[in-house]
Order: sequence, then C-alpha cells, then structure tokens
Amino acid sequence: MAISIKLMNRPEPEHTSYLRAALSGMALTFRHLVNPSKVTQQYPEEPTDLSPRWRGTHRMEVHADGRPKCVACGLCPTVCPANCIRLVGGEDDQGNRYPIVYEIDEFRCIFCGMCQEVCPVEAIHVGQHFENAEYTRSRFVYDLDRLMEQDHPTTLLWDPSDPSSE
Amino acid sequence: MESLQPISGLWLLITMSLKVTIIFGLVVLVVAYSTLAERRVSAWIQDRRGPNRVGPFGLLQPVADGIKNLLKEETLPSTASRAFFVLAPMFVLVPSLVTFAVIPIAAPLPTPVGVVDMIIADVPIGILYVLAFSSLAVYGVVLGGWASNNKYAFLGGLRASAQMVSYEVALGLSLITVLMMSGNVTLTEVVWQQQQLGMWFAFPLSLAFILFVISAFAETNRLPFDMPEAESELVTGYHTEYSAMKFSAFMISEFGHMVTASALMATLFLGGWDLPGTWDDAFWHEGQLIKGFSQDGVAVLANPAWWKTVLTFCGFAAKTSFFMLLYIWIRWTLPRFRYDQVMALGWKVMLPTALAYAMLIGSVILVLDEVGIRWGFSYGLALTAVSGAATAGFIFFLDRGRTIIGAAGQSRQKVSISGISQPATAGD
Repeated sequence: MAISIKLMNRPEPEHTSYLRAALSGMALTFRHLVNPSKVTQQYPEEPTDLSPRWRGTHRMEVHADGRPKCVACGLCPTVCPANCIRLVGGEDDQGNRYPIVYEIDEFRCIFCGMCQEVCPVEAIHVGQHFENAEYTRSRFVYDLDRLMEQDHPTTLLWDPSDPSSE
Repeated sequence: MESLQPISGLWLLITMSLKVTIIFGLVVLVVAYSTLAERRVSAWIQDRRGPNRVGPFGLLQPVADGIKNLLKEETLPSTASRAFFVLAPMFVLVPSLVTFAVIPIAAPLPTPVGVVDMIIADVPIGILYVLAFSSLAVYGVVLGGWASNNKYAFLGGLRASAQMVSYEVALGLSLITVLMMSGNVTLTEVVWQQQQLGMWFAFPLSLAFILFVISAFAETNRLPFDMPEAESELVTGYHTEYSAMKFSAFMISEFGHMVTASALMATLFLGGWDLPGTWDDAFWHEGQLIKGFSQDGVAVLANPAWWKTVLTFCGFAAKTSFFMLLYIWIRWTLPRFRYDQVMALGWKVMLPTALAYAMLIGSVILVLDEVGIRWGFSYGLALTAVSGAATAGFIFFLDRGRTIIGAAGQSRQKVSISGISQPATAGD
C-alpha cells in the first residue's frame, strides 16, 4: 500500500533565530491581548444555547384542563434502562387511566430520552434544560406536580428520515 | 509663602511618617493588583476574560484572595525544620518590600513649610542598598526549599541559589555603566543626570539596558527564567510545602520583587519620574533646589509645583506599569529555558558582555571627557551611537547571525516524498 507523507518545511534548529521567534511570539500574544473578541461565555448572564436535541430535565405535558396527558400505560418505566421512573396507575369513573404516582429520580436518570420516544400519547418529555441544582438529594425525585410545572422547551427527537436535522 | 528650603524639624518627622505609610501602602496595593493584572492579562492573551466576578471588573479579587489565604489551613510538614520553615517567608517578604525606600517616585513637592522629596530615604548608598537587599531574598528562597524537607522544594532552592548568584553578577556589571554615567550611586542623582543629559539612559546605554532587563527577569524568578519554581518539573519548587498565608508571603514577595525591579528599571534607564522637557527638572545642589546650570555654570533655581509632582508621579507610574506589563506579557509568551541554557546564558554570554561593555563605555566616557564635550545632548548622542553598534553586535552574536539573514533564508531544501511503499509486515 502506498502512503504519502506530508513533509513540513521547518528549518533546522541551528538555522532558526531565537530572537525572531521570540519577537513574533510576542507580537502574536499582543494581538490576542488587544483582540476584544473573547471566547469565554459569561454563563449566568448569557444563557447557553442548547441544541434542539439536548436531553435534560423532564417535563410532563398537560391537557387544557390541567390534567396530565399520561395514560399510565407503563411503557416508560418498562423501557427505562436506569429504572428511574416509578408509576402507579389508576382509573377514574369514565374508565380513563391516569397516573396516581409518577416520579422520576433525576439522579438515576441517564437522559437517554427513551421514555419520550416510547410514550404513545406524547406525555413525558425530556427537555432543553439543565439548571436543576438542589440543596437536598430528596429534591431530585420529581413528582407528577413538579413535572407538570416545568415549562422549558421539550427535546426534538432524532428523525431517522432527516438524520442531520435539516 | 513657598520657601525652597528642605523640610526640617517636626515637619520632617510628620512628612516622613506620611511618606512611609503612603508609599508602603501604595507598594502593597500595587502588588495586590499586579496579581489581578497577571491573571487578567494572561486571560486576555489566551482569548479568555479572566477573573471578573468579585466586584466591578473583578477589582475586589485581590481582597477575596487575601481573605481566602488568611482562612486557609496552615500546614507544617512533620519532617520540616520548624524554625526555618516559618522564618523563610519572612526572609523573602521583607527585602522585596524595603527596597522601594530608596526609589524616588516624583518631583519634589513644595509645601508652605518646605520642599518634600518624594522618596522615603535618599540614602547616599542608593543602588548598593537595593542590591544588598535584593540579594538577601535568595536566602529566604533557599531556606524555604531546604527547611521543607521535600526533594522538589530542595531542588527549587538549589536552582534559585545558582541562578540568582549567576545573574546578580551580570546585573551588577550592567549597573556599573549607569554608575559611571551618573557618577554617583544615589537614585536621585541618577535621575538628575538623565535630566541633564537630555535623554534617558536607555539610549546611551542600550546594551546595559538589555542586559539589566534580562538579569532582572532572572533575579525575580520570572519566566523564561522561573527555574526555582518550574511548575512542570518541580511541582512549585521552593514553596511546594507552603500553604495559606506563608504561601501568600512568597507570592507577595515575588510580585514585590517585580514591582521593585520595574521601578528600578524605570529609574535607572527610563529617567525615573522625569518627563520629556526640562520643566520638571529638580535636584538638591549645595542646599538649593536647582533646575540646571546656565552656559557659564551658574545654578538656575527650580520652581517646583504640586501639579508637577502629580504629573511626574503619573509618568513614573506609567513607566513602572510598562515594565510590569512586559513581565506579564513575556511570561505568557516565552517557554521556560532549560537549566543548562540559563547557566550558559548567564556565565558565557551575559557576564563577558557586561564586562566588555563596561570597559567600552568607560573608554568612550574617557575619550569624550578628554575631547572636552560637555555633559549634554551631544555627549549622549555619541554614546548612543557607540552603544547602538555594541547592541547590534551583541544581538547578532547572540542569535548566531540569524537576526539579519533570518530563519527562512536558510531553511532546509524541501524534499517531497510521496508514494513510498509501506514495508510488508509479518502478518501479510
């Protein structure tokens, strides 16, 4: 197999000038010193741009009357690889199934987004949000009310027919 | 109202106490803010923003650092030599702060009770005092490295002693030319002679200036000469085992040395507080504050004013800040030298050059005095020409002739290798 080598045209050390190299280095650093465009993002003041496919804190979609869209079918706790969803389903007078308990442990969650993919009624979503720091560990178990309160944008799932999201 | 007499009596005591307090406070403040400046400038060089969270523009960062260092745990290695371990930070801190006492910071300030010199102590031994105290600092470094009982700290201390002793020689020898020019070792007289010459010593003594700057970088253990603390080789060198306020003392002394060295370079080679023009010239000559001498040698009295003091202080601050910026700028540009390179540069290049240059300047001064050229601008021009030639030769020699020819002119022939067949491996 033939390979091609890219040979860099670098002078031998004994043919280089330390002073020139040092001065050109100084010029380079000075250009960066006075260059006003800096790469540091002023994070809390300038919010981070999240990808539309960023998978973060969950949220539960609600109906117009404030009920959760979840029908307690049990698919998300089944598919969840981290086993972080606890669901106890119930049924009302009309025979509609609804979640009595719906808890997600954000510590156990690996944010794979499979709960959103598997949900038949588009109720549970992962969202474009990550600022979920708390003072106690117990606060990381999100109950149904808390999931319904979340108002950040939900994640756009990957579409196999449009792999690069164009 | 204003008498041009030097201040005396009780007022001398009062102004002296004020000057000591203000100048010491100022130096400590500048040291604190140079730690911030170093971090901000390094960040800007690397396209970052640097610490900007504490206070407006991060200006309270040094305060936060100070509080942090006070509250941190003081560690004392069980195998360390206790007394010397505690003593070492004091040994480095004190010399770095006391050297500022002999540096004049502005033109004399006239007050109703007499003229106040803007210098803490105009001692007759000026530069010798600076040299004596700055070389004391190496004892603290060596002591800290040895007392820690840590091999990295010990190596750092060893390197510090070797490096600082080597470069002190070149530093002292490059100073000799300045002393020959000013004819005195007091820093006020050095500033005065630069005013009389009509140009700053950086021009007529350009090679001494270069040698002094390089030596000062080595003396203050700053990159590219930071052998004693070489982070990538020796953890942090001599202060590896230090924490909290003792570590802070080492940092303060490093920056204190930088500030003092910057002020010294500004005073010796950039005219100190002198600004271009003769309007601010002032010097105590036989009990009179004079501005200069007329053609027939009669002293012309100076007319100091408070605004001249303020302006010259700003000039001095600008020159010192320039060197501080240079320190930081070079630190974040140039990589560290190898230990043998540092030693070779110090002993094989700097020392002989400084010696030869001192002889050259000595003979040129002798010739100029014999020919009868008056101390003034033409005197300076003649020396500038000689020094310029010497500097050009030094740079040419130091760079093995590449400065003029350049690296690109002698680059290796471009060889293009393509289509080499890869040797068959055993598996094929």
